[in-house]
Amino acid sequence: MEHLIDIFVKSVFIDNMIFAYFLGMCSYLAVSKTVKTSVGLGIAVIFVLGITVPVNYLLQNYLLKAGALTWLGPKFADVNLSFLSFIMFIAVIASIVQVVEMVVEKFTPSLYTSLGIFLPLIAVNCAILGGSLFMQEREYANIAEATAFGLGSGLGWFLAIIGIAAIREKIRYSNVPAPLKGLGITFIITGLMGIAFMSFMGIKL
Amino acid sequence: MKALRRYVDKIKPNFEKGGKYEKLRSTFEAFETFLFVPDTVTTRGSHIRDANDMKRTMALVVIALVPALLFGMWNVGHQHFLALGETTGLWQSFWFGFLKVLPLIVVSYVVGLGTEFFFAQVRGHEVNEGFLVSGILIPMIVPVDIPLWMLAIAVIFAVIIGKEVFGGTGMNILNPALTARAFLFFAYPGWMSGDQVWIAGLKHGLRAVDGFSGATPLAEAAAGHLGNLPSAWSMFAGTIPGSVGETSTIAILIGALILIYTGVGSWKIMVSAFGGGLIMGLILNLWGANAYMQVPAWEHLVMGGFAFGMVFMVTDPVTAAQTETGKWIYGFLTGIMAILIRVLNPAYPEGVMLAILLMNVFAPLIDHYVIEANIKRRLKRVKVTA
Repeated sequence: MEHLIDIFVKSVFIDNMIFAYFLGMCSYLAVSKTVKTSVGLGIAVIFVLGITVPVNYLLQNYLLKAGALTWLGPKFADVNLSFLSFIMFIAVIASIVQVVEMVVEKFTPSLYTSLGIFLPLIAVNCAILGGSLFMQEREYANIAEATAFGLGSGLGWFLAIIGIAAIREKIRYSNVPAPLKGLGITFIITGLMGIAFMSFMGIKL
Repeated sequence: MKALRRYVDKIKPNFEKGGKYEKLRSTFEAFETFLFVPDTVTTRGSHIRDANDMKRTMALVVIALVPALLFGMWNVGHQHFLALGETTGLWQSFWFGFLKVLPLIVVSYVVGLGTEFFFAQVRGHEVNEGFLVSGILIPMIVPVDIPLWMLAIAVIFAVIIGKEVFGGTGMNILNPALTARAFLFFAYPGWMSGDQVWIAGLKHGLRAVDGFSGATPLAEAAAGHLGNLPSAWSMFAGTIPGSVGETSTIAILIGALILIYTGVGSWKIMVSAFGGGLIMGLILNLWGANAYMQVPAWEHLVMGGFAFGMVFMVTDPVTAAQTETGKWIYGFLTGIMAILIRVLNPAYPEGVMLAILLMNVFAPLIDHYVIEANIKRRLKRVKVTA
């Protein structure tokens, strides 16, 4: 149990998707104008990461990895399908995102319209695929660890996007130099937030 | 004074629209309002009349910093002669430290204000007074031996990236002084940490007497040498190695009283920050997994830069939470994070700087939710009465 908490905390703060790896930047920059919409997108990302990482974990361990097909019979022991992992992971992610989209459209239409194109674009959010690929690379021992990692990464992304959304709401009336207005200043804020998040680098759990 | 006023009035037309030096208007204005309380008044709406303006608020903070600064100067000399194994008088130590610290202050002010003036001229706005405080804070939070060119680069970075790109004083999201320190810390770690940098001269080949380490109490505690910790009294008084202004808790408390009495610094943030630090220290005491965690909770409050950060940095009215409830939450979390990073993160001996920067980042979020909660509560009240 303690181990799971370690993985969770590590993926929220220390290996934060945004500030440690700069993954999922496109929707992070584009949808962070108001706190309300970014909360919606953040929750959607937590949800998608929390489902796709364990699902892909199962795929990876019972289908794709070298020797993963042994459960079919001994003659499959040396089959290695890992060249398929990208396409399989993306297919899983795309279908889960479809589900999320339907749920959001059904229950919160206002959020659905304000998220616009970025909701289906979660499917190509690098943080989501990155989550699955990190899961593959770090070789988590069981599905519980993979779930903890997925939820933690999602929560880290969520914290990052609502943090920057609140800052962007605050600086809306600031006298930012014209060339930096909009995206430019957002990149600078992201960098400064990255410095602040350096406080977690190096913590060993 | 009258003569000065007349002289300023005489040269004023040169700087007004159509005057000879129209381009330098904001520079002139900065000096004029620095010398005299401005006589311009708002013409519309109701306003509170107060002789206090931003320049004078900033000046109050600088006054509050003076005790810590003077003590820091003395301590620089004291530690230096201690390392040499010599005993010296009060004035000799002070004079040595004064000569060491003065260049830092001069560089910080000249470079910082130069950048500010440059930006003000180019962008055509008034010169912002915010740097009056940052300019004195920066020399107080760096090791005394930092090369001046590094300090200058850090100051430029802090003023431009930390403040001017957001539109100047009052718009920044991170404390500029801490931005400068973070820049130095990550760009030149060799000059910002270790046992060598805290004593004037050690880094330049000064030979210390045997048995003198120069390590700060935090470094000793992080290494697990609890026996080497200086006595609580000397950590409280400040006769320990450390950044220039951070060592003496007594001098910082005097500054805190000035800030609280004049209302410039929020007592809520200070109280909750110290409370948060104390509580986190107690939790770590209960955990007690290694030697560092067994440092008494209250000793954390007098070690390193905790007191300095929690009095002068967290309370920065621009980057702190703005709502009253938010201030409690913000201060409390800063205190917790500072001790947490200090003890749990082996990469950094001191967590105060990064804890404050981290909470600066999340202060707008705290405010946002405090305001949302207020709105919800009031809506509920409307429904009940209607």
